[in-house]
Amino acid sequence: MSIEVRGVNKSYGDFVALQDINVSLPTGQLTALLGPSGGGKSTLLRIIAGLESADGGSVEIEGTDATRLPPQKRNVGFVFQHYAVFKHMTVAKNVAFGLEIRKRPKAEIKAKVAELLELVHLSQFAHRLPSQLSGGQRQRLALARALAVEPSVLLLDEPFGALDAKVRKELRDWLRRLHDEVHVTTVFVTHDQEEALEVADEIVVINEGRIEQIGTPDQLYDEPANDFVMGFLGEVTQLGGVRLRPHDIDLSTTPGAPHALAGVIVRALRVGFEVRFTVEVEGQTDPALVVLSRTHARALDLDVGAKVWLRPTTGATSVPVIGAGLGVATA
Amino acid sequence: MADTREIRARKGPVTYLLRIFVITYLAVLVIWPLYEVGKQTFAPTKEGAEGGISAFLERLSDPSVSYAFNLTGTVAFWAVLINTLFGVGISLLIVRYQFPGRRILSVLVDLPMSVSPVVVGLALVLAYSTGKGWFGEALEGVGIFIIGTTPGLIMATAFVSLPLVIREIVPVLEEIGTDAEMAASSLGASGWQTFRRITLPSIKWAVIYGVVLSMARSLGEFGAVKIVSPGAELRGETATLLIQNRYTNYEEPTAYAAAFVLVLASVLALVVVSLIRKEDHS
Repeated sequence: MSIEVRGVNKSYGDFVALQDINVSLPTGQLTALLGPSGGGKSTLLRIIAGLESADGGSVEIEGTDATRLPPQKRNVGFVFQHYAVFKHMTVAKNVAFGLEIRKRPKAEIKAKVAELLELVHLSQFAHRLPSQLSGGQRQRLALARALAVEPSVLLLDEPFGALDAKVRKELRDWLRRLHDEVHVTTVFVTHDQEEALEVADEIVVINEGRIEQIGTPDQLYDEPANDFVMGFLGEVTQLGGVRLRPHDIDLSTTPGAPHALAGVIVRALRVGFEVRFTVEVEGQTDPALVVLSRTHARALDLDVGAKVWLRPTTGATSVPVIGAGLGVATA
Repeated sequence: MADTREIRARKGPVTYLLRIFVITYLAVLVIWPLYEVGKQTFAPTKEGAEGGISAFLERLSDPSVSYAFNLTGTVAFWAVLINTLFGVGISLLIVRYQFPGRRILSVLVDLPMSVSPVVVGLALVLAYSTGKGWFGEALEGVGIFIIGTTPGLIMATAFVSLPLVIREIVPVLEEIGTDAEMAASSLGASGWQTFRRITLPSIKWAVIYGVVLSMARSLGEFGAVKIVSPGAELRGETATLLIQNRYTNYEEPTAYAAAFVLVLASVLALVVVSLIRKEDHS
């Protein structure tokens, strides 16, 4: 195990940021700490890095107890949301910083900096100042700087949070490929479930200072431990006595299928390649949301006012609605 | 920013009225009095003699004048040096650390700005003068005299100009935040290395700016110095004290010449400051 967190607690005054956190992250894995803002995931990352101290519990990195170690002795690389590049140094100097602190020979530093700048595609910017780089380039610079010291773990705090959607997607793919190349144990914090599902080997869902679930993206998506995890990983709607994903509902224009519930379409919203239908279901107070692809919706010739029959798709993930009484688990 | 330029370009009667008002105000308050000082400085020493630079230099040739400027220079140098070291230290303490009494310290730092320098001088005398001072006797025992000596002048000057350095550094420290410093420490830098390689370069211009301001303030300090100095010719008489002494002793031309030198120093400081501002913003 590369990182072993045991029984960590942290409070700020009355506010409990983390409560009895236990998690172990194996070497070489890319892990996402996923959760809503203010849920404690950044605090956990900073405690692992030593930038904040835990009130109780222990942190072990690569087999050594790091609980009382200052950040500079932990050999972790940390990447901040707002880059935290050294503004007064050139790109190359930024990357060289950790190596110069370690008093490595000049030739070695030069070679290593060139190699890393190549890796993050910033070679032609080596002599520029960070202010002359775009946000995405600055974040890649921050990554190269963190990787330069060959950290045993790489920690990224909302690394793409300050970037626009397109650059974010590019960097996300790039991070995954980089990790496959470098294989350093990586933990990154995000509140974007798509980012976590796409990039991570394993996801730790944190909410209100507690771990809700730990698992692979597939496990989390297919077998959410509870309502919160299910709701956080994607859109959720209600049909009969269960909560399930809107695209996991079978919609038909004719009755007859077993357990199908009748309803009327009250609203249709086209968003890009999909169409979202709001359906008033008989015997249900809240309307159900059904998502179909545009072509599928067109083939069925659906519109507002049409009568439809709904049932969960075979094998759909669902959790019972608390207090609904209609105990259906999986259809 | 084409919009603001357009607004500025529109010159109505109000614009001109405002300009005339500002220029008149400055003329009455600053330009005219300073011009008079300049005129007196370069006036002929006696009737029939030549005016200009030679007259000015002749007035400053007195050994007591060069002693006074020497003393002022020494005092200002040490006061600024002390203020720079403590100013950076106190600023870091106020911005980067949480401790009980932090807010009180932050208010106390501003105190020398609001308290009259005369009071500062008086307080130093009470605390350090031999005989009745609190620490005076103890210090006298080990052979250190504060009041009436150069160290006393340095203390009084440093006290008065300390806030100038701190007030420049604190906002910059707050603005740059701690991310870069934390990044440096996660990269293996010790506290000192982080300070020297990351924090100091970021606050460099603020420190220089504070140093120039406190240098200008130290050169012109009068009230506190007046109380702690013996103030006699060639004995603790700084430039400002010299100006006052000569003025009251009907040696006005020398007073004007010395005053002119101080004005020149201030103007120089202002020029340096405006150059720094430009550099800082580029």
